[in-house]
Amino acid sequence: MKKTLFDKVWDSHVVKSIENGPDVLFIDRHMVHEVTSPVAFLGLNNRGIKVKYPERTFATADHNTPTINQHLPVEDPLSANQLAALEANAKEHGVSYWGLGHEKNGVVHVVGPEYGITQPGATIVCGDSHTSTHGAFGAIAFGIGTSEVEMVLSTQCIMQPKPKKMRIKVEGTLNKGVTPKDVGLYIISKLTTSGATGYFIEYAGQVFEDMTMEGRMTVCNLSIEMGARGGMIAPDQKTFEYISGREFTPKGADLEKAQAYWDTLYTDEGAEFDREITFQGSDIEPMITFGTNPGLGMGISNSIPTAADLDAAEASYKKSLDYMEYHEGEAMLGKKVDYVFIGSCTNGRIEDFRAFASVVKGRKKADHITAWLVPGSHQVEAAIKEEGLLDIFNEAGFELREPGCSACLAMNDDKIPAGKYAVSTSNRNFEGRQGPGSRTMLASPLVAAAAAVTGVVTDPRELI
Amino acid sequence: MAYDKFTVLESTAVPLPIENVDTDQIIPARFLKATERKGFGDNLFRDWRYNSDDSPKKEFVLNNPTYSGKILVGGKNFGSGSSREHAAWAVYDYGFRCVVSSFFADIFKNNCLNIGVLPVQVSPEFLDEIFKAIEADPNATLTVDLPNQKISLNTTGTSESFEINDYKKGNMLNGFDDIDYLMNMGETISEFAENTPL
Ligand code: SF4
Repeated sequence: MKKTLFDKVWDSHVVKSIENGPDVLFIDRHMVHEVTSPVAFLGLNNRGIKVKYPERTFATADHNTPTINQHLPVEDPLSANQLAALEANAKEHGVSYWGLGHEKNGVVHVVGPEYGITQPGATIVCGDSHTSTHGAFGAIAFGIGTSEVEMVLSTQCIMQPKPKKMRIKVEGTLNKGVTPKDVGLYIISKLTTSGATGYFIEYAGQVFEDMTMEGRMTVCNLSIEMGARGGMIAPDQKTFEYISGREFTPKGADLEKAQAYWDTLYTDEGAEFDREITFQGSDIEPMITFGTNPGLGMGISNSIPTAADLDAAEASYKKSLDYMEYHEGEAMLGKKVDYVFIGSCTNGRIEDFRAFASVVKGRKKADHITAWLVPGSHQVEAAIKEEGLLDIFNEAGFELREPGCSACLAMNDDKIPAGKYAVSTSNRNFEGRQGPGSRTMLASPLVAAAAAVTGVVTDPRELI
Repeated sequence: MAYDKFTVLESTAVPLPIENVDTDQIIPARFLKATERKGFGDNLFRDWRYNSDDSPKKEFVLNNPTYSGKILVGGKNFGSGSSREHAAWAVYDYGFRCVVSSFFADIFKNNCLNIGVLPVQVSPEFLDEIFKAIEADPNATLTVDLPNQKISLNTTGTSESFEINDYKKGNMLNGFDDIDYLMNMGETISEFAENTPL
């Protein structure tokens, strides 16, 4: 039978299929962080059992950690307590823990690929919806709830029905100033935030073939924002080169065996999808969101659509624009910006900081802008320094913070104040996502940089 | 974690006719700092429910004594966003046992089923009818009959069947969770793991 990439990976991990019920799916690698794991560990302790495969489990602290003065004790007692709980749980269960101050610490979906935990053809889960990031390597990777974290810790399996399959092709090439983030935001704006619910996506076509591994991660990361369980891209030479030699990548004879499996990871000619959609890369502009869900985005030079244009429910759409204090028909260009955030598992990797630097180089940060530059990991932080990007940032009036999720979900002190506008390279613009009352415009690192130096929403194509 | 069995639930309902209610609204991230599953109901819909000085927002439905019950009725695409099970815990802890909508986000739905909250997906037309019925009479009751997979609006007598897979249905009816099931197949899993390289 002809199989899709998704079929091949899923089917090879099914331990048991329950009739008119879920599959029992074996999980190769499980990433754990401080926020969604404590209750799961508590469950294990109550049952009097240990983590079944500690060597398949990796813990890092990121959601709740400060991004300045990480060498000092964490001030917020609740956050400190959660971090201490993860450390204690990891120790008790023999799980490796990359806590605050550890050289490998960073955002879970940034460090996973960096250390080769992420591999083609693997099943990877984490109690965080953006686990879909790892799909860039041809893995089946998705976010799970805490009950499922407990299941994986205790049995290395979860129980889920097999999702339907969707293929999204983007053909042709991208225009100048258009980044992988724009590709993701463009697709979500076309599909809406529920358009891929119930599906697992495979991205294909020239645009993804040409894309770097980091770009592929950005797009796969955003899969969840269209409602999909996850998104994946068939591994190719670029993938194999990226993972080669990393700490947890197989070596020697193991590598040969693994490579033989990896070489089978593509969608067979003629395999069927439940839904297929094709876009043209040349239709995509730098994107920006204007509402309170990631589907409410548009090309940066357009004007805010009406409820009728979008076929949206009037009351909910109005609520969204009211929250932003925007109106139908207005242009986004020239809108006031107070904060700029570059970071997160969507755009917190080195290529994102290079893109940011390419715009701010030789310019100055606008006076009224508060900018938070937060690397996704210590590796990214080190590369920023080594490549001389930090000098460019400092010269332009920017400072670099320490790694973590930061203003992506604003669990730590990095909160955008009520009523303020942020251009953010993260993935969610929900009401209050970046702090109670905060207003978020999602965009690429280039758009963020253009806003940071001009102080308003600006088309980056004018600056590059 | 085991939970109470769910069979037939008859209750008034709380209407929330907003689309795309996301998990950050259900429970904002800053309330996710607990290490135990306790007290999440207090912060359910925190920023819609309270002003920044913690005084209740009168116009929000949970602060309106006219509406109460064990069923929450939400607009299309309910629960989009994060995988935080805390969102489902908050719904449960507040006292809801069932959420009705015309469309659910995947992970939220899954999380609900795992902790004993029944997500019931109805047609957009029936959802509309339910909202109208509650608006007309806040004491209108719904009956959610899990064994027969049927939801009825008792004021009008209209009903619809809903879907749930047999396995999950069995779990809800008996108050079982997946871990019990998986623990029972420990050896099969171990064998599978041996043949699955790291
Ligand atoms: S950066 Fe944001 S989306 Fe990514 S893991 Fe952290 S909180 Fe989740």
